[in-house]
Amino acid sequence: MISAPLVIAVSFAYLLVLFAMAYFGDRRAEQGRSIIANSWTYALSMAVYCTAWTYFGSVGRAASDGVWFLPIYLGPTLALALSWLIILKMIRIAKAYRITSIADFIASRYGKSHLLGGLVTIITVIGIIPYIAIQLKAIATGYALLTHDSVDGFRAVHETHWFQDSTLYVALILAVFTILFGARHLDATERHEGMVAAIAFESVVKLVAFLAVGVFVTYGIYNGFGDIFSRIQAHPEYARLLSFEGASTAGYGGWFGMVLLAMFAVIFLPRQFQVTVVENVNEEHLRRAAWLFPLYLLLINIFVLPIAFGGLMHFGVGSVDPDTFVLSLPLSHGMEALALFVFVGGLSAATGMVIVETIAVSTMICNDLVMPWLLRSKRFSRSAHPDLSGLLLVIRRGAILIVVLLGYLYFRLAGEAYALVAIGLMSFAAVAQFAPAMLGGMYWRGGTREGALAGLLAGFGVWVYTLMLPSFAKSGWLDPAFLEHGLFGIELLKPEALFGLQGLDNISHALFWSLAANIGCYVFVSLMRAPSALEASQATLFVDVFKREGATATTLWRGSAEVRDLQQLVARFLGQGKTVRLFREYARQRGYAGINSIPADAGLVHFAETQLAGAIGSASARVMVASVAQEEPLGLDEVMNILDEASQVRAYSHQLEEKSRQLEAATEELRAANEQLKELDRLKDDIMSSVTHELRTPLTAIRALSEMMFEDPEIDLVERKRFLGIIVSETERLTRLVNQVLDLAKIESGHAEWHNTDIDMRELVEHAIDSTRQLFSDCGAELVVSLPEQAPKLLADRDRLHQVLLNLLSNAAKFVPKEGGHVRVELVSDDREVRVEVEDNGPGIAPQFLPYVFEKFRQGGDQRDRPQGTGLGLPISRQIIEHFGGRMWVESPPGRGACFAFALPLNKMRSDSADAEQ
Amino acid sequence: MRRGLARQRLVALFFAAAFLFNYPLLSLFDRSEQVFGLPVLFVYIFGAWASVIALIAWTVGRRKG
Repeated sequence: MISAPLVIAVSFAYLLVLFAMAYFGDRRAEQGRSIIANSWTYALSMAVYCTAWTYFGSVGRAASDGVWFLPIYLGPTLALALSWLIILKMIRIAKAYRITSIADFIASRYGKSHLLGGLVTIITVIGIIPYIAIQLKAIATGYALLTHDSVDGFRAVHETHWFQDSTLYVALILAVFTILFGARHLDATERHEGMVAAIAFESVVKLVAFLAVGVFVTYGIYNGFGDIFSRIQAHPEYARLLSFEGASTAGYGGWFGMVLLAMFAVIFLPRQFQVTVVENVNEEHLRRAAWLFPLYLLLINIFVLPIAFGGLMHFGVGSVDPDTFVLSLPLSHGMEALALFVFVGGLSAATGMVIVETIAVSTMICNDLVMPWLLRSKRFSRSAHPDLSGLLLVIRRGAILIVVLLGYLYFRLAGEAYALVAIGLMSFAAVAQFAPAMLGGMYWRGGTREGALAGLLAGFGVWVYTLMLPSFAKSGWLDPAFLEHGLFGIELLKPEALFGLQGLDNISHALFWSLAANIGCYVFVSLMRAPSALEASQATLFVDVFKREGATATTLWRGSAEVRDLQQLVARFLGQGKTVRLFREYARQRGYAGINSIPADAGLVHFAETQLAGAIGSASARVMVASVAQEEPLGLDEVMNILDEASQVRAYSHQLEEKSRQLEAATEELRAANEQLKELDRLKDDIMSSVTHELRTPLTAIRALSEMMFEDPEIDLVERKRFLGIIVSETERLTRLVNQVLDLAKIESGHAEWHNTDIDMRELVEHAIDSTRQLFSDCGAELVVSLPEQAPKLLADRDRLHQVLLNLLSNAAKFVPKEGGHVRVELVSDDREVRVEVEDNGPGIAPQFLPYVFEKFRQGGDQRDRPQGTGLGLPISRQIIEHFGGRMWVESPPGRGACFAFALPLNKMRSDSADAEQ
Repeated sequence: MRRGLARQRLVALFFAAAFLFNYPLLSLFDRSEQVFGLPVLFVYIFGAWASVIALIAWTVGRRKG
């Protein structure tokens, strides 16, 4: 037993921490440094799905039905697998049209209908209030268990007078908390950052607490999973819990129904819609949440079976409520601190649910029940309220308080009755009724207002008849006769075996009939008439939200309005200061000078309506805007025309975009080609000037010497012979130059002739050395040759390769020093290539000239000490080598001469030359 | 990877998971045998569940997807 003041103090301290979290979150949001703008917080806030009903009830369910507690968590995993299709679309629609609740979503989709919004709200309230009651009951039970003398034997939770009942105070504190962080000020987007921060924090607390008690039971009391499972098998009375068929009578159909139910619940429960869709900061966060939230569910369920079995073996059946095992097991083992922590975890689960659910439900009550009624009443519309934002807040706060108090009232009334125990799944089945209208609305254009109304009414009616009334009967509030004999004694109308359907548990039975009625009515009534203009336009906006991005909304409104009227209207609900800010922002975005210069066009009307929709719901916003703007009603044909036009325009603009993209690409190609041409032109000019320069030098010498001999016949014979010798050698140089230029041009243009034969590289190198031996002995250089025994044969043009070798060798002979010249020639081959290196010990090539030695007329070194040569030998050599698929390069470490080398591939050349021969 | 591919993978994953978690596959594991000292039914459900989560994480985790 733990003393009551301690439990209360700890609970209050925990709630204070929550206040602090939420306050911190709100402050950071105001400073623009959101703490919830990350996918982790987003996924954790989704875990508000795990309420006290699952926190305590999972173990209870596992203790009676074995593995049957799991469908409630497998369903969300399936739903989250589809989140990128369904939830993303809901988020996009909600953001585009400022939708803040499921009621508003359905109302807006089916022509902004007040009636639908109201109906959805009423279904939600009836389905959800008992669910809030279980949360309060869980807190009360946990508190009683902690402060009671012994874990068994306590039963009476609510036998105290209501003003002594701590649960009432818990409810009131929760209401205050919810008001502070859910309805402190009006926000057109209905987002509550502080609340989300607190909810994410609560999710962490409840997970850690549950894992703590799980580890304690599994490893503290027993020796791990294997130990618990082997021990439970020794009890024949629990053996049925280990099998699927034995644990429950619902069968595989029931299992499937439960998974489906949980799938719908995780998308359509008001609190899930609130955290998943309304509070979503960034669509990208959905990516991580899609696996993180299911992982959270997996983790929180790992220890459910061990705790349930541990509790069953410790307490036996009947002495202690299995729902309280998480608390009673640590308590009975004297672990009071752990029990207190687990209680705080349960408190987290319960408060989180109550807070988010009441915020979501209060938004619905305010926007879809109270506002439509207020706007319609004559007294209200006659009185000139300048500012209604205060009134809106009062309505929201009142709704929160009323919802929490209704929950408390239900808890007091129902207490231990069956109606409370079964309510979790009943609530799920109630919200599952939204699925046809929601999913149909997002993917099918044909749904109409009447269709949605009929579907919801039929589904909800069946739900009341097959689930709610039987639960009342089982609680003793109704005569149970109709349960056993059917309504008016007609067997076929037995609520839990409607039309004789048997073999399903009551939840799956109700789910089947209610969804069948719901979908049937929705589809058939929808198909009875074509959608009206408003329905068709809303359907297009919802179904095509990814394609249209809200741009079409403004084209679907025609009429006239005054900026001043619209501004005053928005200010009535959002407050003067905020409205001016919003309109200024609108003007700035559209590029207008100020509020006064905004044209009162469809865009502005749409903007005003969207702002109002966030605060008072889309249906009311439409009514309010219609009161200040003169709309010309559009017929269905006109709407369809506009939509067709819009889609045609979109198709055209798409084609245009495609065309302009192609044009851009073509222009880019042309520009690149032009650049290349210009570059080639420049190169051609360079070569022309180089060639003429190279031609002029020998021509000048020839001309000067010839003129001298022509003008002066007196020159002696020796001199004349010398001159003639120079003329001959210069002419030879000219011929060589012209030949080489022609040669290079041929190779570059691909017109050169290649005579490919099998060549023995060793033999070729030896031949080249023999032809140049005289050169080397002339300049007194030592020639070192290193050739392998065997060299592979190549298929190439022998004369060309010979030319390359001669060029390299004669270059080396030119550059070796007069004294101690040394040239090394080496032939190396491996299985891939043959490499030839010619190294001299001359002055080498300065690093700045290295990149240019293979360019035309760019002999290494500066102009003054250029050796004899045309400056085309190396470029030609490189072209030849590259023609055969090889590469040529030079290395010249400063002060150590130069080493020219080339390598020819063995295989590549064969195929190349084969091509050449064909 | 194209955006559409990730969506198709997720839909395929959804159907695979629905298949794994329902009759008749589930009934194959409803037997009294044990693996690692644990009932085969629980090992199967939790194992399949964890794999589905891992596959979702892998599919949505690829940024370009």
